[in-house]
Amino acid sequence: MTILWFCVIAFMLAVYAILDGFDLGAGVLHIGIARDDDERRQVLGAIGPFWDGNEVWLLAAGGTLYFAFPLLYASSFSGFYLPLMMVLWLLMLRGLGIEMRHHVDHPMWRTFWDGAFAVGSTLLSVFLGAALGNVVRGVPLGADGYFFEPLWTSFTVEPDAGILDWFTVLMGVVSLSTLAAHGGNYLAMKTAGDLQRRARRGARLWTPLAAATSAGALVATSFIRPEIWNNFGAEPWGAIFPLAGAAGMCGMLYFNGKGDDTRAFLSSSTFIAGMLASTAFGLFPVVLPSSIDARYSLTVKSTAAPAYGLGIGIVWWTIGIVIALGYFTYLFVSFRGKVGARPEGY
Amino acid sequence: MEDALLLHRLQFAFTASYHYLFPQLTMGLGLIIVLLKWIALRRRDELYNQAARFWAKIFALNFAVGVVTGIPMEFQFGTNWARFSSYAGGVIGQTLAMEGVFAFFLESSFLGLFLFGERKLGPRLHFVAAFLVFFGSWVSGFFIIVTNAWMQHPVGYAPGPNGTVTLESFGALLGNPWALWQYLHNMTGAVVTGSFCVASIGAYYLLAHRDEAYGRMFVRTGLIAGLVSSVLMAFPTGDAQGKNIAFNQPVTLAAMEGLFQTKEGAPLVLVGQPDMDKKRLDNPLHVPRMLSFLTYYRWGAEVRGLDAFPADEWPTNIPLLYYCYHIMVGLGTLFIAITAAGVWFLLKKRAYGARPLLWIILLAFPFPFIANTAGWMTAELGRQPWLVYGLMRTPAGTSATVSAGNTLFTLLGFLGLYFVIGVLFLILVFKTIAAGPAHAAHGE
Repeated sequence: MTILWFCVIAFMLAVYAILDGFDLGAGVLHIGIARDDDERRQVLGAIGPFWDGNEVWLLAAGGTLYFAFPLLYASSFSGFYLPLMMVLWLLMLRGLGIEMRHHVDHPMWRTFWDGAFAVGSTLLSVFLGAALGNVVRGVPLGADGYFFEPLWTSFTVEPDAGILDWFTVLMGVVSLSTLAAHGGNYLAMKTAGDLQRRARRGARLWTPLAAATSAGALVATSFIRPEIWNNFGAEPWGAIFPLAGAAGMCGMLYFNGKGDDTRAFLSSSTFIAGMLASTAFGLFPVVLPSSIDARYSLTVKSTAAPAYGLGIGIVWWTIGIVIALGYFTYLFVSFRGKVGARPEGY
Repeated sequence: MEDALLLHRLQFAFTASYHYLFPQLTMGLGLIIVLLKWIALRRRDELYNQAARFWAKIFALNFAVGVVTGIPMEFQFGTNWARFSSYAGGVIGQTLAMEGVFAFFLESSFLGLFLFGERKLGPRLHFVAAFLVFFGSWVSGFFIIVTNAWMQHPVGYAPGPNGTVTLESFGALLGNPWALWQYLHNMTGAVVTGSFCVASIGAYYLLAHRDEAYGRMFVRTGLIAGLVSSVLMAFPTGDAQGKNIAFNQPVTLAAMEGLFQTKEGAPLVLVGQPDMDKKRLDNPLHVPRMLSFLTYYRWGAEVRGLDAFPADEWPTNIPLLYYCYHIMVGLGTLFIAITAAGVWFLLKKRAYGARPLLWIILLAFPFPFIANTAGWMTAELGRQPWLVYGLMRTPAGTSATVSAGNTLFTLLGFLGLYFVIGVLFLILVFKTIAAGPAHAAHGE
């Protein structure tokens, strides 16, 4: 049962990364690729109906984490206190950047919110990668299951490391470049004309960087947390996850070059899902490693809620998610196709 | 440690109170928009549709701020109240996760269709989208109330591993008797807020001699919805919620009412200031025996005062609790009076020209926000010194690893950010009101 909930939360986070990932990537790229007001409206029109729903996957994942693994939720949210608060503020900034822009028809007003959208999206992309980096590297969990991390200490991967060290910053760059490429693929798929060409070029610039930094992070992970490979040795079928990630990266490079934007977008989605699934597979059953002593690491078993609640949860969660997937299908079908020159509402 | 506790409480109180200014309007206005669209559909009256479009613009702004200020609430259980979360997460994690899965997806998916999809969907499907957004916000409210009700009156739990509590009965958690009345009381309060905002803006248009067809519609709709919801808020929901407190948290009732000494035939205090040193109420104005009657339906019934309980079980801030409760009740009475007078004028067909009445309606819009906030403060201050009533005290629930300095840093951050958001919100709402209902175009 706890394994099932571990998969559920990994699934929700992966869906979040793929869906909100293209919103964030669009935010990273839009200043560079959308040159005038009309094009900026198209960028916002391409993500406008979706971004709020996409963000809900993060909230729902957080709520589900609280419900299924209360101790993990309590320990990680209090330990990552400062970066989480900053993520909250950045989520607000990004959301306001998208929603405020069209309310006042003045170029300075629009420029300001375009900037807020870009800054919020860029920093969020880096922070989300750094967060993943912290989970892989481990945090100074004590015997009581709690810790507190400052934002940075010496930028080395020591037991008393902060949120940001060279490894987590590297993961932040992996995330930034991956999501920028992903957002470029999405925008190229949803737009036409000059904007589409520039979105494609944006993806072309960021994809090789995503490939290079991912390879670097892979090597670094092997040094920092070599035991991440143990599960792959014990259960060789798990290799499909990294292989899917690698195939996704090849697809990103190939289809972007061919100008097949839909397949490029599906490839970047596969890459994100593959990399996250590989990480989850490698860490299991640990959910938050301790950098002090492996015995203090939090595992699915030590943090899960009792079986009765989890059993009831799987019933309503399945119903709720099936309905939610229905909404999303309907929403994406309703707003399918390319965005016009002056999309409604933006 | 004391500092950290105070800062954790202040941050949660500030972010929660500020946040709830928005959802209460979302939930109340959502219902009124559905009503307007229903009338438009039934009577094929384009004026009502245009009115719904105008309110949808304000709804959208309000909803957006509600969402961005709501995200920190979901996070702060873990960031600031980690020991509480690991203690109670096995129980209330259920309802919080259900809110995410059942309400947030629904609202966020259909909000876009509701705001931008009118032409695409056609009138009937657009009505359905409006209804689903409204429904989602009420589902969201339900799960939050069930969560809070469990903290007020824990049910359906059993002792779990490592001193935590675990869910024993899902049915008991959702069917918590406290939750039912708290939910209805809360939702009628939200409709009061929505009604007063609608009536207030209608009164403004009438007083300013502009958009008068809309002004009349808003005043009419707001007053009728306001009267119905204000009456329901007092009775049966407020009355029943009061009895929940009287029977399950008697010490809270004593503190709310400012009843220091146990008394047969206890009076209902209207005005007065609690003096905690002398353990008495200064300058009291009261209705004799009324509290006994309202609580037990007997004029001579004994009501236990604070002296009947050990001092370490008293709510920690009795004067504030007492004032919040009296502000809520006083304003609630005022709402019934204003809307009843307004509906009387409507029936006499004199409401739209009665300028003093319109001025009162115009200026009344902040008070439902104050009453709802005071109501929640009554609930939360009344629960003290407990975080989970009778099970966990508030100081035991904080995040032990988060220092006072870090909490102050984020509290200041929230103060600054929320100030900016509030200013932006007001500017844009005033701009929408100034532009007027006739200019609210499709899909904007």
